[in-house]
Amino acid sequence: MDKKVSVKVCLGTTCFVMGSANLQELIELVPKKYGDRVDVSGVPCLGLCSIDWEFSKAPYVKVDDEVVKEATVEKVLAKIEEKLK
Amino acid sequence: MAMNTPRQTSHLKREILVRLIKAYLSDNFEENTRLIPYAMRPKGSEVPYRCCIHKERAILRDRTVAGLGMSIEEADDSVLLSTLAHKATDRDKPESNPLTVLTSACKGCVPSRIYVTDLCQGCVARPCVNTCKFGAISIQNGKSVIDADKCKSCGMCVQVCPYQAITKIIVPCENACPVEAIQKDEEGYAKIDFEKCISCGKCVAACPFGAVHEKSQIIDVLKNIKAGKKVIAMLAPAIMGQLPCSAKQLKNAIMKLGFFDVYEVAQGADITTKTEAAEFEERLENGAEFMTTSCCAGYNELVDKHIPEMKPFRSDTKTPLYYTSEIVKREHPDAITVFFSPCNAKRKEAMKNPNVDFVLNYEEVGAWFVALGIQVAECAESEFKAQASAEARNYAVTGGVAKAVQKLLPEHLPTYPVVINGLDKQSIRDLKKYAKNGVCDIGNLIEVMACPGGCLGGNGTVNAYKPALKQLTKYVNESEPLEVNG
Repeated sequence: MDKKVSVKVCLGTTCFVMGSANLQELIELVPKKYGDRVDVSGVPCLGLCSIDWEFSKAPYVKVDDEVVKEATVEKVLAKIEEKLK
Repeated sequence: MAMNTPRQTSHLKREILVRLIKAYLSDNFEENTRLIPYAMRPKGSEVPYRCCIHKERAILRDRTVAGLGMSIEEADDSVLLSTLAHKATDRDKPESNPLTVLTSACKGCVPSRIYVTDLCQGCVARPCVNTCKFGAISIQNGKSVIDADKCKSCGMCVQVCPYQAITKIIVPCENACPVEAIQKDEEGYAKIDFEKCISCGKCVAACPFGAVHEKSQIIDVLKNIKAGKKVIAMLAPAIMGQLPCSAKQLKNAIMKLGFFDVYEVAQGADITTKTEAAEFEERLENGAEFMTTSCCAGYNELVDKHIPEMKPFRSDTKTPLYYTSEIVKREHPDAITVFFSPCNAKRKEAMKNPNVDFVLNYEEVGAWFVALGIQVAECAESEFKAQASAEARNYAVTGGVAKAVQKLLPEHLPTYPVVINGLDKQSIRDLKKYAKNGVCDIGNLIEVMACPGGCLGGNGTVNAYKPALKQLTKYVNESEPLEVNG
C-alpha cells in the first residue's frame, strides 16, 4: 500500500514575510513530482510563531505531524523523501 | 535565478527589523537594541555562517545599524548600539544616501576575471589561443594560461572552449550594478560611489552575503506615530500583490499599526496617465520621434546622472507618488506622509519631494506586522476613500504604464509602445543610442522599468513574482477600467 504524505505550508503573515512567500512554488512543484502520493496546500497561520520569539524560526511547514522550521523548498522536499521511504 | 527570490540574507535582515520594532515598542528601546546581536546568537548557540560567534554578533550589530537608518561605514565600531539607537530617535530627516555597505559581511570576493579551470584538456585545436584578439592566452605545461595584464575580459575564449573549461568569475554586486557604481576598493571590499549610484537596489538583491543594506526609516515612522502625529500611508500599486490578504484587509491592517489614513498611489497614477497621454500627443504633433515614461525613480536617476542627452525625450509628467502626496498634503496639511515602496530608488525620489516625509519598503512593513502579531488575512475590510482605475493599479507590472497611456491616446495617432523591462548594461546602451540619434527604431512610447517585471520585481518586495502577479492581477480585474474621455 502506498503511503500518503500531507504537506501544509503556513501562509500566516509571519511565515509569509519570513519566507513562505517563496515556498508557494511547492504547491505547484510537489504534485508534478509526486502526483497524488503527496497532498500539499497553503494553510492559514499554524500558530507556531506566536510563542515567545519563535517568529525567528519561521517559515514553518508541517509534513504530516512533523514541523519543519526555517523551511526552504529543499528542506521540505528532503522531508517528503524521508517520509516516502 | 528567479526574480526577487527571498533568501537567507533577507531572513536575517527581516529578523533584525522585527527585533528593532519590538525593541522600539518596549519600555527600553536603547538597551533592547543593544542586546539584538546577543539575543540572536546567545552564548553557546551554533554559528551558522561565520568563523565564530563573535564575528556573527559583530555582523548582526552592523546590520542593526542599517536598521536604525545609519551608515555602517560611518558608525564607529566602539559606539554601542544603545547610543546609536538614541541618536536615531533624535534625527528629523533620514540620512541622504539610502544604501550602506557592511564591510565586515562583505567577503571581498575574488576580483572579476576570466579563469581557466582544471577542466582544460590542453587540446590540439586551441580555439582559445586562436580566438583571443589580445594575445593573452598561451599554453604552459600543456594547459591554457591567461595573462591578466593582457586580458580584456571580452569572454571570447569562454564561448569557444569545446570543454567549457574557461569561465568568467564575477563579483555579484559589480555584475548586477548597471552603472558601475559599486566596485571593490584597494582592500577588496565593495564600495558604492554615490555620484554614480542610481539607487536601483540591484546590488542589495545580488550580494550572497547580504552586505549591501538599505538604511531603514522604520524608527522615524514609529517615532512620529508614538508622538501622536497624523501619519498617513501612501501605498504603491505593487503592494497589492505582496501579502496574503485583500486590499481592503491590508488597509485595515495598516490602520492597526497606528496610521491615520491610507491612500492608494494608484490615485495619483490616474493623473500621471492623463497628463502623460496629453503630453505624448502634443510632443508627437510637434514632431518628436519618441518619448519615454518618467515614473520609475531608478530610471530618472539614470537619466539625470548618466544619460543627460535623454532629458529632452523623457516625459515631464510627474510620478504617481508626486500627485498622490500633493493630494494628501492638500487634504491634510499637518500630515506626516509615508510612502510604502517596492524599491530602494523611491527613497531617493522622496528625499527630493517635500511632500513625502518617509519611505518604507515591503520588508519593513511586513516586519512591522510580524512584530505586532497582526494576521492580515484575519483583518476586517476597510474601504479606501478614493478609487483608482484598473489601469492605474496595473502600473506595478511591466508594460502597465505604457498600456494605460496608450488607452487615452486618439486612434489616429501612430503609437508604438516599447517596454524596457529592467535596466542592465545592454538596455542602457540601447537607451543611450536612442537619445544620441533622437530616434528609437522599435517604437515611440518607451516605458522604462529599472526592475525586470516592473515594480513587482523591486528589491524591497516580499512576495515571489508569480504569485504576486496573480494576486495583483485579480485586484486589477476587479477594478473599474479607465474612462476614455473621462
